[in-house]
Amino acid sequence: MKDWLARMGSKLISALDGMGSISIFTAKSFYLSLVKVPSARVVIPLMYEIGVRSVPVILGTGSFIGMVLAVQMFTQMHKLGVDAWVGPVINVAMVKEIGPVLAAVILAGRVGGAMAAELGTMRVTEQIDALRSMGTDPIQYLVVPRLYACFLLIPILTIISDFIGAVCGYLVSTKAFGVSSFYYIQETKEYLEYWDIAVGIIKSFFFGAFIAIICCYKGFNARGGAEGVGRATTSAFVATFVTILVSNFFLAVLLRFINYHILKV
Amino acid sequence: MISIKNIYKSFNELQVLSGVSLEIGRGETVVVIGESGCGKTVLLKHIIGLLKPDQGEVFFDGENIARMNEKELNQVRRRFGMLFQGAALFDSMNVYENVAFALRQHTKFDEEKIGEIVKAKLALVGMVGVEDKMPMELSGGMKKRVGLARAIALEPEVILYDEPTTGLDPVRGDTINELILKMHHTLKVTTVAVTHDMKSAYKIANRIAMLHGGKIIAEGTPEEIKNTKDEIVTRFIEGRAEVMPMGL
Repeated sequence: MKDWLARMGSKLISALDGMGSISIFTAKSFYLSLVKVPSARVVIPLMYEIGVRSVPVILGTGSFIGMVLAVQMFTQMHKLGVDAWVGPVINVAMVKEIGPVLAAVILAGRVGGAMAAELGTMRVTEQIDALRSMGTDPIQYLVVPRLYACFLLIPILTIISDFIGAVCGYLVSTKAFGVSSFYYIQETKEYLEYWDIAVGIIKSFFFGAFIAIICCYKGFNARGGAEGVGRATTSAFVATFVTILVSNFFLAVLLRFINYHILKV
Repeated sequence: MISIKNIYKSFNELQVLSGVSLEIGRGETVVVIGESGCGKTVLLKHIIGLLKPDQGEVFFDGENIARMNEKELNQVRRRFGMLFQGAALFDSMNVYENVAFALRQHTKFDEEKIGEIVKAKLALVGMVGVEDKMPMELSGGMKKRVGLARAIALEPEVILYDEPTTGLDPVRGDTINELILKMHHTLKVTTVAVTHDMKSAYKIANRIAMLHGGKIIAEGTPEEIKNTKDEIVTRFIEGRAEVMPMGL
């Protein structure tokens, strides 16, 4: 019993320590990103890596999600005899939920994994200590530019994903299933609101920040050589994935509350 | 110049330093020796504030490094240069960018001036014409030399060397020893090195301190250390393993 209590106590202390540590890391990262804008020399290559090089994968996933939504939604709507409702259902689902969440999850794997592995390798090969030994704050130099790049570019990638998903959903619905193009667009205009589009984009700013902070934190705390870097990378992806899904629910509730009770749309 | 007073450091359950005290005067070359894993690198990292002691103080020119926050430490660290065991070159940057890093971060020199300094520092360590190479294209000895050029870019007052000859063949190791002596005489810096390579320690040190069991157990000139009667020290410098009972 004593041993069990000791183990539980030790796990609790370790969990609290981890929470405190990531809270300080997050606070410091945001503070430094506000007080000093990173130089273009550092940010632009990161933006290219995070943004431009993610476009093909985002186009691929976005288009197939749009198409599969069209296939599934048409099957259901056709049974109900409301084929043209496929338009608003696909587009609202795409811009509000599936587009932002899927883009964030894909980018957590592609961009977040790479960040955790890169910073983890820097940690275990003492490159982060080398930065500190030269009087450079590693959070300022390594985390802040990544935070900027993810915060600014993941929403843009989400818009690209939403757009391609909507276009592909439209093409499959109208060309493959013969849904009337006029009614598809008409119904979409009727039911898709600007707020729906805003919800997806607002969420993607949060997801971008989560990806940068969690993956950089995991990389910064990698220990013990190649195995430790591998563990940090896996752990970064899992933690980011779970955070995106959980925060998506709370953001949906919060944004719905804002919409109905504050904006009163 | 550097005064380490009774520092203790543990990692989880493992007590690494248990009351280490050491004085390092300006212009001296002090080498800390000790077996692998005895805490030499941990001690070195306390001197530059990369680690904070659980107890004790580390003074640099009268200022207590152990009590400084990260911002204050960053100012002090610019007066140090450190050569890491694996050189710790930034692998996303080429040699030029590695050496220019601190200059770009902490000075207002234009790119032309930075280029001149980088070339001069690389020439000082005998690495001319490698500016465009990436760290992965360099051998272990070359990496250490570039690491040294990077460490001296801001003209530090103190250079810290973490196992400078480890992983190098005897000739390359001796080249690094010669470089350490050259840096000491040319730049008039204070030097602190940690190593378990006794040949290197005898060659570069004014004073040698031995770390064992988390404490400094012996201290003196290379001659005094060579002639010590202390069993632990003699066993270490002669590279003699403790005799184990037969059958183990």
